[in-house]
Amino acid sequence: MRVVVDLTKCEGYAQCAFLAPEAFRMVGDEALMFDPSPPDELREKVLRAAAACPVQALQVDMADLPPQPQAETTAVHGDDRLRHDGRVVIVGASLAGLKAAEQLRAEGFAGSLTMIGDEPEEPYDRPPLSKQVQTGWVHSADTTLPRRREIDAEWKLGVAATGLDLDRNVVTLADGQEVGFDRLLISTGVRARPWPIPEEAALDGVFTIRTRADASGLRERLMNKPSRVLVIGSGFTGSEMASVCVELGIPVTVAEAGPAPLSGALGGVIGRIAGGIMREHGVDLRTNTMVTSLQGEDGRLRRALLSDGTTIDVDVAVVALGGIRNVEWLENSNLAVGVWGVACDAGCRAFDANGLVTDDVFVAGDVARQPQPMFGYQFLAMEHWGNAVSQAEVAAHNMISSESDRWPHLEVSAFWSLQFGNNIKSVGVPTFADQVAITQGSVHTRQFVAAYGYKGRMVGAVSWNQGKWLDFYEDLIEQAAPFPPPYEMTNPPEDRTPVPAEFPERTYPGREATVVVTGHDPSERRATLVRNARRR
Amino acid sequence: MTEPSLYDEILDYANRANPWPLYEKLRSQPVWQEADGTFVVSTYREVLALQHDPRLSSDPSNLLPEFAAMRPPAEAGGGATGFIRTDPPRHDVLRRIAMRQFGPPHRPDYVDSFVPAMQGIVGKLVDKLADKQEADVVDDVAYPLPVAVICRMLGVPPEDEPTFSAWVEPIVNSLGNPTPEQLKERGDAVQAMANYMFELAQRRRAEPGDDMISGYVQDDGPDGRLEGADLFGTLVLLLIAGHETTVNLITNGWLTLQRHPDVLQRLRTEPDFSIRLVEELLRYEPPVHILPFRTATDDIELGGATIRKGHPISVMLASGNHDSTCIPHADRFDPDRRDNVHLSFASGVHYCFGAPLARLEAQLALTELARRLDNPRLLADPPPYRPSPVLRGPVHLPIAYDGVSPA
Repeated sequence: MRVVVDLTKCEGYAQCAFLAPEAFRMVGDEALMFDPSPPDELREKVLRAAAACPVQALQVDMADLPPQPQAETTAVHGDDRLRHDGRVVIVGASLAGLKAAEQLRAEGFAGSLTMIGDEPEEPYDRPPLSKQVQTGWVHSADTTLPRRREIDAEWKLGVAATGLDLDRNVVTLADGQEVGFDRLLISTGVRARPWPIPEEAALDGVFTIRTRADASGLRERLMNKPSRVLVIGSGFTGSEMASVCVELGIPVTVAEAGPAPLSGALGGVIGRIAGGIMREHGVDLRTNTMVTSLQGEDGRLRRALLSDGTTIDVDVAVVALGGIRNVEWLENSNLAVGVWGVACDAGCRAFDANGLVTDDVFVAGDVARQPQPMFGYQFLAMEHWGNAVSQAEVAAHNMISSESDRWPHLEVSAFWSLQFGNNIKSVGVPTFADQVAITQGSVHTRQFVAAYGYKGRMVGAVSWNQGKWLDFYEDLIEQAAPFPPPYEMTNPPEDRTPVPAEFPERTYPGREATVVVTGHDPSERRATLVRNARRR
Repeated sequence: MTEPSLYDEILDYANRANPWPLYEKLRSQPVWQEADGTFVVSTYREVLALQHDPRLSSDPSNLLPEFAAMRPPAEAGGGATGFIRTDPPRHDVLRRIAMRQFGPPHRPDYVDSFVPAMQGIVGKLVDKLADKQEADVVDDVAYPLPVAVICRMLGVPPEDEPTFSAWVEPIVNSLGNPTPEQLKERGDAVQAMANYMFELAQRRRAEPGDDMISGYVQDDGPDGRLEGADLFGTLVLLLIAGHETTVNLITNGWLTLQRHPDVLQRLRTEPDFSIRLVEELLRYEPPVHILPFRTATDDIELGGATIRKGHPISVMLASGNHDSTCIPHADRFDPDRRDNVHLSFASGVHYCFGAPLARLEAQLALTELARRLDNPRLLADPPPYRPSPVLRGPVHLPIAYDGVSPA
């Protein structure tokens, strides 16, 4: 059986953990871990668990669904021809791509569907790779995402897309194939940012963690009980890896260039709480510290030099420095692409290099950079699991709908992390904030909610083992409610005075020159991507 | 005398068998203020939002003094209601200690380990129906099953059932608008029950077993242990809540199946069908209709109204389940419904502690009855109902049948 739990939705009611304890486990009060591939003997229990989920976050490979209703044939809107025999191509066979495919079929798309992915496998779930897989509960090969309906697609796996020709509406592949489309969805996501010095990155023992192959390689190495692991970067992935090492009893050093773990996502104030927890668990956390070089012997990693002047002996280094968006294949497409992703409108339609919206090309998932109406229409890329799902659904709907039926993607962003037994959840865009205030609970007991404000209004909230309250804050964010929240609440904190949130100064990835503009009359003005014009 | 309000009509026993049209009227306005100051919240979105709102309190001490007379009768009984009438952080601590003996993360497979025992109990209860042609679903199956299970789990001797069931009745009956006399009876019953639990706890301390009471008196978690009123309050709560609601779920469930013979037939033949069926029963005929006695720690703007600080709030779970603006064809009983997100176990931090047990008991009991009863039929429709508008269900459900198949 294949199982996935939408942990963005999960509120930790534990019904699944009661009903199928072999497949679902609670960590602390409210964090859930699950086996994405429970044995078939557990079928009845897993179906019970899926039905009982109060927020319907648990999905099984169609087995829990009632008989499929007849495909919706009535009330077809938009381009009928496209719906009946159009050609849709999805490049990027991961979570967003799969969800888009399911949504297309759910909305009655009957044409041809091609899924293109550079990895050889069917779409799989990545969050378990830095948790269940590393602790040894689950094999990385067993994280294939369940199918919620037949998508009847032609799969082209293990072959990367290499180019896009919008004059002919054709995607070219690494093996020379060309695939024509009426509508294209770009969901190529991000890849792990490697260690920047190639010779050092190539040392045996240096890992990134993004793909199944990464995850199984790292797991194998951790099983051999390395004497010490170095985690470079303490965002969510880095912090989760440090937590895994502690769980496995492996000494671990974390090098963080900023003042605290998670400070990029949650700010220094909340980040210091995370740092305190790390240290309590015996992690050698070095903040404001960079790794200056990784050194090896006979091709194997042996030690690392840190900017604090120390040298540490390590066998394994996990490079957790964020991601690089997979846009290189689009460089000559004349779409608006850059290191910041593929720009698109709120309906997921890609912009071309001029900033004009296209009609046939859509974007979803980590690679999409979309205006956020709630945040001054700034363009933001949300690299979150729930965003990939909701954006893919909106993109798929819009791909086959007429202008008047299109949906805007207006989800309040949300993400979660599980580390050192703590369930951390966030809604909104904390990084937008100038202030933060504890609003409920106690930092001391690690059960609290913090609200984030920007110029006196709510823009985000993070809960620490208190996720059941986040719906409330999500509503406040949607309503642009005042910050700090002026209410008497149950479980008030000792001190709810707002303080500066301490986010690092935002470096706008688009600050570098992106295009050159040519032409004089309005009819001949054109933007061209700088990369293409000035390629060395 | 003023006209009775819609809410008064819902509380009126005359409407117990069919409150649904009244709920529908009630939902024309998501939040009503009653003449006595109570706010009534009845629409799906508002009920859900309210339960995630940190301004909603379960602690009656947050009621304004003028509503003191409307305080729940627990106050007359020495706080013997466990954690359900507390707020975080105390609520979270008490509940966590209680959960430690019941489920994950500390005791993840405790409930699951009871499935074979539950199946055995259900089987025996249905075996006993073979000697007769008529039965009462309540007395013969829906009541004895959860009582047997909760007794075994807690470590309460099953032979004490007649003793504590005499205490349970006045406690449950006082959940509506109790008279002073009912309150007195309730207080006495709670006291007697607490004394009984005290003795039982002493016995388990001396001779511990594998049960929850033994755990409570033996095992210290990071939050410490339940002491004094907290211990007896929790035990009384678990014993009462552990069976008084599931009776309604099973009985309402069987009544609904008899009213939908095609669904009953599917339950006989389709494996796994009981799983989705029970979720839909929970939505369509929930055992708990109202969460009364909530209050607001601050003004709450909700559904176009402002719930005032310190006023009592009635959260209408069953009404929210039938809100067709959020739930497609909400008045249709449809076990094939997708994404069934009912409110029947509440939501947020007070989500029903015993939900997994209730689900399993109903799935096992209804499946066994469906498979083994030959040509079952109702002898009264509607059946007579219990007095409570809060825990709503038939007091008896007489049926007739032609025979009972062997297990």
